[in-house]
Order: sequence, then structure tokens, then C-alpha cells
Amino acid sequence: MSLILRDDVAARRFAARRRINRLALTLALVAMAFGVFWLIWILWETLRLGLGGLALSTLTQMTPPPNEEGGLANAIFGSFVMVAIATFIGAPIGVMSGIYLAEYDKGWLASATRFVNDILLSAPSIVIGLFIYTLAVKRFHTFSAIAGALALALLVIPVVIRTTEDMLRLIPAGQREAAYALGTPKWKVILQITLRAARAGVITGILLAVARIAGETAPLLFTALNNQFWSADLGAPMANLPVTIFKFAMSPYENWQQLAWAGVFLITLAVLLLNIAARWITREKR
Amino acid sequence: MALPPTPVRQAPGVWADRVFGWLARGAAGLTLLLLAGILLTLLIGAWPAIEKYGLGFLTRALWDPGQNEFGALAMIYGTLATSLIALVIAVPVSFGIALFLTELSPVWLKRPLGTAIELLAAVPSIVYGMWGLLVFGPILAIYVQQPLQNLFGATPGLGVLFTGPPVGIGILSAGIILAIMIIPFISAVMRDVFEVTPALLKESAYGLGSTTWEVVWKVVLPYTKAGVIGGVMLGLGRALGETMAVTFVIGNMSQLDSPSLFQAANSITSALANEFAESGGGLHEASLLYLGLVLFFITFVVLAFSKWLLMRLQRREGGRT
Repeated sequence: MSLILRDDVAARRFAARRRINRLALTLALVAMAFGVFWLIWILWETLRLGLGGLALSTLTQMTPPPNEEGGLANAIFGSFVMVAIATFIGAPIGVMSGIYLAEYDKGWLASATRFVNDILLSAPSIVIGLFIYTLAVKRFHTFSAIAGALALALLVIPVVIRTTEDMLRLIPAGQREAAYALGTPKWKVILQITLRAARAGVITGILLAVARIAGETAPLLFTALNNQFWSADLGAPMANLPVTIFKFAMSPYENWQQLAWAGVFLITLAVLLLNIAARWITREKR
Repeated sequence: MALPPTPVRQAPGVWADRVFGWLARGAAGLTLLLLAGILLTLLIGAWPAIEKYGLGFLTRALWDPGQNEFGALAMIYGTLATSLIALVIAVPVSFGIALFLTELSPVWLKRPLGTAIELLAAVPSIVYGMWGLLVFGPILAIYVQQPLQNLFGATPGLGVLFTGPPVGIGILSAGIILAIMIIPFISAVMRDVFEVTPALLKESAYGLGSTTWEVVWKVVLPYTKAGVIGGVMLGLGRALGETMAVTFVIGNMSQLDSPSLFQAANSITSALANEFAESGGGLHEASLLYLGLVLFFITFVVLAFSKWLLMRLQRREGGRT
């Protein structure tokens, strides 16, 4: 009798455990759907409203005053210029630091740099803006494109350092040793053997960094500021997409909001394409 | 006859080697200096405010640029409240996503779903902000805020959380948008650390008759505890420092009058984004820089803690295998 009862209890407990299991797994499925749901919703709205606001004039005309026709040409140009300068400043520094961490790695400097870099990787970008403001804008008494590019460059560095180090560490030690055995000096081993072997990964890192800064707004707010007109002067405020979007989206004017959606569409498209390209490059390598 | 002595040839490229080494070291040192530079310039810029208010700045509620009176409490409250809401939503969801990706998902779905979540992390925050303000906010107001107000508005105690205009702007909206933003970060870390759990441990638990849930809850989670908390801290660090997504939807009003979740408020980042360019030097600018310093300090502590926890897990993993 008691044996049957115990069996009964065990069976009931087993059923309860299975119920809990099923509930938990269902909730996990719901969580996954929840995550994907936001991605699809955000992309869908960006596509719908962005394409609605997009026209040829968006790419050819200047940012307009409220309630007038115009485009985003100066902002697109400005963003392009600043992202390009930032990448040219930030990427070499990042790659060199990454080389140091992966190939020279010894002593406190390497571990300290690695630790600081991981923090800079997630540090609030608006604080970087404040830093460049006090360093450059305040000293020279003018908001400028070069200050904006500098702020963005500081965001490029940590991303590139991280990927460069990770990618260099994937190169088998045998390749290095073979090169050393032939009497190759270290710099040549690094530049022509390991860095070349890790090329795809390093480029991926740079592309991801470009994707990250292409949409960054906070560090530009008080470095590059904004400009209503076309300007190629690096010493003066320069129009850029993110800040223009911020200004236009917060405004009550219909045409400004439409342009903001077009801008958001362009940025999202660029960022997603860069991310996909970055993935594609490393996948081909495998 | 003795052989002529072989000339000692210097290894080629000794100089190049030295120069290259110094360049690499210099670049690494520059990164290190960056952190010190940020701290130092913020400290110098904020000095007038630090001198005037001291640490009392953190608990002063008044922020009035018109009267040149400044205190950080309202912004610190806004930052902490929005980040807390974000964590409350994002942590369980991220756990579910990581659980799904590591234990449930069919193999052919793992990659596309993982990529989708990672792409969600790549979308610039200004996109979230604008979407939050113009698309999500109005929907939240009609379908969530108004029903909540009708349901709990009269309940004493709880009701006060839901007072104020249900217009889709304020602490609650900012918290939700932040949650959507940090879900990918947290779930990516959780997925990665779940995957380092040795298969042997999991298989032993399954062999004893555990259900999938029991394996995750009683074997995987205890094993990866440090990494999971590290991932959560990483997400928290992101949430605390996020600017654009918050600035769009928080309403930008420095106030502490009402604890309502629907009330417009200000976070440290939104105050900086809105006021800094127009502060025009003086005490206002110094106080904003002080705010920036406080933000940097908080995120530094949170991120350093996260890094330390993740490193501990890595070290243990290295020790066992």
C-alpha cells in the first residue's frame, strides 16, 4: 500500500517537474520572440517612414528652414568627412595597440591597457564629448569638425584594439616561430606574417568601429555642433546626420520630421550594411 | 692557414625593430593616458562646482540655471530609475533568450537568431530614441499608461506611481527603450557564458533525469554565476551612460516633485545633451561637467566590477580544462 502511495507521490512530483519545465521553456520561447519582435518593429517603421521621406532632393539639397523644401546633402557630407577622419586617426592607433597587446604582451602596461580598454569600450560616449570639448573646443573658442572627428576617433580606438588583439591571438604560434627561425626581424614577422594572416579580422574590427561611430550623436553635440549650410571647413562647425536628426525629430515641423526619418533610414541602412559586410569578410575566411 | 674571421653581421632591421616596438608601446600607453586624461580634464573643468558644493552636490535637489543654483539629485534619480526599470525588464528576457539559444533552438536557427539579436545591438541609439518618441510613445500612452491609470489610479500608495499625464514620455518610456537597447548586450554575454559550461556537467545532470529547466537553473546558472552577473553589469553600464535614446523620451524636466513613472524627468545624460552646448561657461558649465564626472565614475565602477567578474569566470574555465 505504502509502496503504491510512494509511487503515486513520485509520479505526481515528476509531472509537476515536467510542467515547470514546459512553462520555463515556453517563457524562453516568448522571450526570444519578444527580442526579435522589437527588431522587426523598429526596422519596419524605419523603412516605412524613412522611405516615405526619402527623395532625390534628400541627397542633393541642403537642410532647409522649417516648412521649406530641402534635403540632407550637407549633413551626409559632414558625417562622411568626420567618420573618415576619425577612422584614419583611430584605426592605426587601435591596430598598433592591439599589436602591442597580442605580440609584446608582457608586464603591467599590457594588462593595464587591456583593462582600461574594456572600460573605454562601454564608457558613455557623451563623456568623450565632454573631454574633447574641454580639450579642443574650449581652448580654441570654436566648435569644429576636427573636434567632432577627434571625439569619434576616441570611440574607434577601443573597438579596433579589441578585435585586432583577438584576431592576432588566433594566428598559430608555429607561423611566428617559422618566420623567426628564418631570421626575420620581429617587425617584419608582425607586419608580413601575423598581421597579414589576421587581415580579414582586423578589417572587420575597423568596419565595426565605423558602424559604431556612424550613428553616434552624443559626442558630436558639443564638438562638431551642427551647421545649416554646406561647409568643408574643418575648423568650423559642420553639419552631420545624427545631430541634424536629433534637432529635426524633436521639432514640431512636419517637413523636418520627415527629413529626420529619411536620415534615420540612411544611417540604419549604412550601419546594418557595414555589420553584414564585417560578418561576411570573416566568414569567407573560415 | 687560418680562415679569415667571419664578419659579425648585425641582424637586419634592429633599428626598425626598436622603432616598431616603441610605436606599439606608445599606442598602448596612449590608450592608458586617455582614461587619465578624461578624468583629469573633467576634474579641472568641474572644479568651480566642486569647490562650491563639494560632495553635497550629489544630494542637492535644486537645479536652476536661472538662479545659478545647481544640485545633481534629480538627474541621479532619473538615471538610476530608468536604468533600474531597464534591468527589471531586460534581465529576465535576456535570460530567456540565452536559454533559448543555447538549449532549445534547432541548430539551423541558432545562427540567424543570434545574428538578429546582435544586429539589434548595432542599431544606433538615435534610431531607438526617435522611434521611441514618435512611434512607441503614443502607443504606450494609449494601450499601457491609460489602462494602468484607470486600474490603479485610485489605489492608495500604488496609485501615485501612475499619476501625471499619460503622454508616453517620462521615466517609464525611457526605461522601456533602454531595456530594448540593452537586451542584446546582456543576452549575448549570457549566451557566451552558458556555452562555456562543460558538456560533461550538463550530461551528468540529464543522466540523473533532470529536465532541461533543472539543468539550466541548477547546473548551468550556478556554474556561470559570475559571468551572468558580469553581463548584467555590462548592460547596466550601457544603460547608465546611454544618451540619445533617453533624451528623446524622458521629457527633460529636472524635477523630483512626483515619484510617478509617467512624469517627465531628466537623467544625467539628457541634462548634458540638452544644456551643455548652451551653458556658456561659468558655474552652469562646471556643474554639468561635475555631472559628467559623476556619471563617468559610476559607469567606471560598474564596468570594472563587470570586467572583474567575467575575468574570474575565464580564469576558472582555464583552470578546469
